[in-house]
Amino acid sequence: MMPASSLTQPSFWQATAMIATIVLTSSTGEVLTAAAMKSMGDLDDIRARSGMRGAIRAVVTSPLFVAGIFFMAVAFFSLLFALNHMNLSLVGPAAASLTLVTNTIAAKFFLHENVDRRRWTAAALVCIGVYLLAH
Amino acid sequence: MAHHRLTVQQYLILAFVSVGVPLGDASLSRGMTSLPAISLAHPLTLIAAVFTPWIALGILLLIGYFASYLTALSWADLTFVMPATALGNVFVVLLAYFWLHDKVSPLRWMGVVLITVAVGFVAQGPISTTPPLNLPDPVDKAEDPPRNDALERDSVVKEQMR
Repeated sequence: MMPASSLTQPSFWQATAMIATIVLTSSTGEVLTAAAMKSMGDLDDIRARSGMRGAIRAVVTSPLFVAGIFFMAVAFFSLLFALNHMNLSLVGPAAASLTLVTNTIAAKFFLHENVDRRRWTAAALVCIGVYLLAH
Repeated sequence: MAHHRLTVQQYLILAFVSVGVPLGDASLSRGMTSLPAISLAHPLTLIAAVFTPWIALGILLLIGYFASYLTALSWADLTFVMPATALGNVFVVLLAYFWLHDKVSPLRWMGVVLITVAVGFVAQGPISTTPPLNLPDPVDKAEDPPRNDALERDSVVKEQMR
């Protein structure tokens, strides 16, 4: 791991704000994208029927997908900004584990996925696991 | 529950969903930490960072990951694909331990176990719990309306006959 030694450490609230921005924007982007892909049907089938170009066209012409990409782009530049001020070993796991929780909640309420006990447990285990890996 | 069993191709896609992010993020981190500090006052320097080699490689890996991720989302739930993404972290630890001979603390091993168990949990369940909103493609649309019209006309005729 390369140390960000030349950088001044951000305060707790600055770090929280940077991570919260990544979490909220990436979660919004992922749920919008998932909604777009769900509405499209099996992409492998689309590719088999109308080729790679057809599959790409089907994806990029979806308004939900474009909205999702917008939020993912904001999340990406938030991540670049945060990585410039903090180590990946902090930003990566923190953003990943929290995004998992917000994604699971959003998948239940916005995508109407059947988030049963098995999936809630899995989401919680992954969240704790990803956090533990940061130690 | 469109299809419960994954094809080999679908397993490969999920595998790249797992390893694409850690490889891409590591490249991004390597690129960004070697740059001087960027302040909010000059956000355009972030754009310039995109064209440095490590950042560019990181972006290429993340694009490959994203294509796999989108494909996976088209046949699987978001809550099914997410644990697969988390498996990438386990992959990083295993690589660090077996290849780089890094020391891995007991807490990290605990994290590896928790994520692996979680993936096992989700993999036991259905791949998709929402019916695919399969929109008919343009060819089908062109064929469908006359049939529907005919049916409607039939029912109208039947109504009139009554």
